[in-house]
Amino acid sequence: MSATIFPQDEAALSAAILNAAGPLQILGGGTRSIGWIPEGQKLSTAQLKGIVLYEPGALTLVAKTGTSIANIETALAAENQKLAFEPMDHRILLGTQGTPTLGGVMAANVSGPRRIQVGAARDFALGVSFVDGSGQILKNGGRVMKNVTGYDLVKLMVGSWGTLGVLSEVALKVLPVSETQATLKIYVSSWAQAVACMSAALGTPFDVSGAATIQDADGGLGVLIRVEGFEASIRYRIKELKTRLAKFGETEEVLNPWLEVRDIPSWASLDTVWKVSVRPTDALSVIAMMQDLQKDIGFKCQLDWGGGLLWLGLDFKQLCDVPFGLQLHKALQGAVGQLGGHTTLMKSGILSTQDIPHFQPLSRAVEIVSQNLRSKFDPRGILNPGRMS
Amino acid sequence: MDMPQPNSEILMKKAKIATALRTVLPHDAVIDDPSETRAYECDALTAYRCPPMIAVLPATTQQVSDVLKICHREGVPVVPRGSGTSLAGGALPTADCVILGVAKMSQVLETDYENRLIRVQSGRTNLSVSGAVEEEDFFYAPDPSSQMACAIAGNIAMNSGGAHCLKYGVTTNNLLGVTMVMMDGEIVEIGGGHLDSSGLDILGIICGSEGQLGVVTEATLRILPKPEGARPVMIAFDSNEVAGACVADIIKAGVLPVAIEFMDRPIIEICENFAKAGYPDCEALLIIEVEGSETEIQDQLDRICTIAQKHNPVELRQSQSDTESAAIWLGRKSAFGAVGQVADYMCLDGTIPVSALPEVLRRIKELSEHYGLRVGNVFHAGDGNMHPLIMFDANKKGDLELCEAMGADVLRLCVEVGGCLTGEHGVGIEKRDLMEDQYGAGDLEIQMAVKDVFDPGWLLNPAKVFPLSVSETRRA
Repeated sequence: MSATIFPQDEAALSAAILNAAGPLQILGGGTRSIGWIPEGQKLSTAQLKGIVLYEPGALTLVAKTGTSIANIETALAAENQKLAFEPMDHRILLGTQGTPTLGGVMAANVSGPRRIQVGAARDFALGVSFVDGSGQILKNGGRVMKNVTGYDLVKLMVGSWGTLGVLSEVALKVLPVSETQATLKIYVSSWAQAVACMSAALGTPFDVSGAATIQDADGGLGVLIRVEGFEASIRYRIKELKTRLAKFGETEEVLNPWLEVRDIPSWASLDTVWKVSVRPTDALSVIAMMQDLQKDIGFKCQLDWGGGLLWLGLDFKQLCDVPFGLQLHKALQGAVGQLGGHTTLMKSGILSTQDIPHFQPLSRAVEIVSQNLRSKFDPRGILNPGRMS
Repeated sequence: MDMPQPNSEILMKKAKIATALRTVLPHDAVIDDPSETRAYECDALTAYRCPPMIAVLPATTQQVSDVLKICHREGVPVVPRGSGTSLAGGALPTADCVILGVAKMSQVLETDYENRLIRVQSGRTNLSVSGAVEEEDFFYAPDPSSQMACAIAGNIAMNSGGAHCLKYGVTTNNLLGVTMVMMDGEIVEIGGGHLDSSGLDILGIICGSEGQLGVVTEATLRILPKPEGARPVMIAFDSNEVAGACVADIIKAGVLPVAIEFMDRPIIEICENFAKAGYPDCEALLIIEVEGSETEIQDQLDRICTIAQKHNPVELRQSQSDTESAAIWLGRKSAFGAVGQVADYMCLDGTIPVSALPEVLRRIKELSEHYGLRVGNVFHAGDGNMHPLIMFDANKKGDLELCEAMGADVLRLCVEVGGCLTGEHGVGIEKRDLMEDQYGAGDLEIQMAVKDVFDPGWLLNPAKVFPLSVSETRRA
């Protein structure tokens, strides 16, 4: 395979796609090794660099997709602003190298704990430029906050993992950094109590911006509830939340844990990690099913988004049997599919060579629509073929 | 405004189609008497009217599917209709179409406070979604001005916004899932109670597709706990520029109000005459609303007022009670009605980068002088979504055309400064022919290719969104 192509500008990106003789493996910073990595010529957006426009007073930033998230966050921090959707850095969990880029975050629709309050990466993308599978340079949306001019292809492109086109530029909505944050930890006795506690917190008018549950080293469960804003307001809301959540267990205020919640670095050594999205209270039936399937060996679990996001993990010793791993994966995707949610295999040593869907299989109708959309955007089927399967 | 020539073959089949529709719907849910179809001849863009061939009012998803199967088989265009409040002509019929109204589909199917969602039939009105969860102190956030009447179906079709979307986002940010019927009658579930999509974000493309990809019959919506309280401050300035600078400073300071509304002198005067809200004599007025507990509200208002004082306001009035809040909002909320009392008007909806506000207001004034038509500006300043109201006399020959021409110039101006044609009303027929000012041929082609996937025969709301000349070969 020839060396990775690094187009220096949009025109070169267009030419690279137009002239491609076969499948392309699209890369941003190369830090998110999720899904089937297709065979093919590597094409990276990493050299499409730079912030094109930043208007703090309009809460908008436009950047080329190879721009690193770190550079964007530095520029925003100088104006006391942030990427509100809190994109996860997958490097430690997945054991990858490289530099997370704007393009990668958008292509994979990567969000973090604040997604429950403010929305996902897709909700902060105002406009995109991209090159489709025929090499055409196209755009959709713009750089203003409200825009319903024509179809919202921005949403379609975000989270399409490079299978519809290669993003070259993205306009973002950004938000002010909060003056301060505070986090309450509630020690609960069960996953059911954890979900009930998070639901209760998110049902208050106190603008909870994070609701997660972690397993402590001793196996105990801690619900984490975050509020952000001005100091006086935070004091008030923490006090109210403490009172209202006391019935779920002992509460204490803890140091900011949200980077660990977002990136789960302590799971780096696990062999297999799944990410599950369901209706928050359905998390309990997923956990029950996992417990049922492998009572003896135990598994790791973390909840975020009020329970709507489950992280499930097993280490190699627990999962040394391939058939058992396959059985678990199939059962998870089956059960979650029944619940109307989705399961993604984030990483797995033991299942890596198995012919299984890493992304949740879609309903027949949605699958057909998706295939037909891909054939319109990429008639030759050369852009990251199979990446989302 | 051109609309396609009605297909005479379809018109000749009217009786047969009506009979077929009556096999799948109750008799009174099929309306084909010309004296009754006239009720569906327009939406809120009343300058354009055309009675449909037939109107149907299904009550269930299955009935919608049955109707679409018949129309698909017979090749009849279908124009979906929520409550008919579109300001862009999104529900304007063609003479050879079946209007599919969802007005009978207004049930709440599920309320789930633990998971903060509600599932409703799409004909339910926006405000009554909030009404259904009010007893538990929840609400549905998107709040278009027409929220008393407008249906969730139309909100999804147009990706509607509202005054409070600066904080809460627009429809697409509050929509979790839909049940949709494709033009061939197939019923599809997309999204649900969970967040994000495993595959392509099909939900994202459906929201805002103006009823051209499918008919949404049920929706799962995010509901939120109501804030403890809310209170506005009204700040008056002697120039638009200064008011615009004040908005930018507030946003930069990290205060994120739930709403920042901006009114210019013509609107202030008309509203004051109409509603007697007690607005001061000034060039520009801001209404800024914040939420939280009483202490939090006061803290935020203090911060806003400190910033505003640096811009030498003519007047600054903090609401101290619900009565005062209502008075401050009264003029703004009656703006459209008040303008309607003094003239016919066209309400534009372009969005601009907030930084371009002074320039755009100055150039709109120049255009107003050039065309000899009065313009008032009332808009959501926090997100740059303008609502210039161009006043004209519908009884004066040529005035509507003059108004349309000026409206087109204003929207081109929005695009020129980095904005867009429509922020929350949608393209419909109103902005259809300006799409080439915003998008290149390839950009429009790829959007039309999306419609090809969902509706290969181009039967759903076909004469909207795309310039007729651009979509002609597909509609043929």
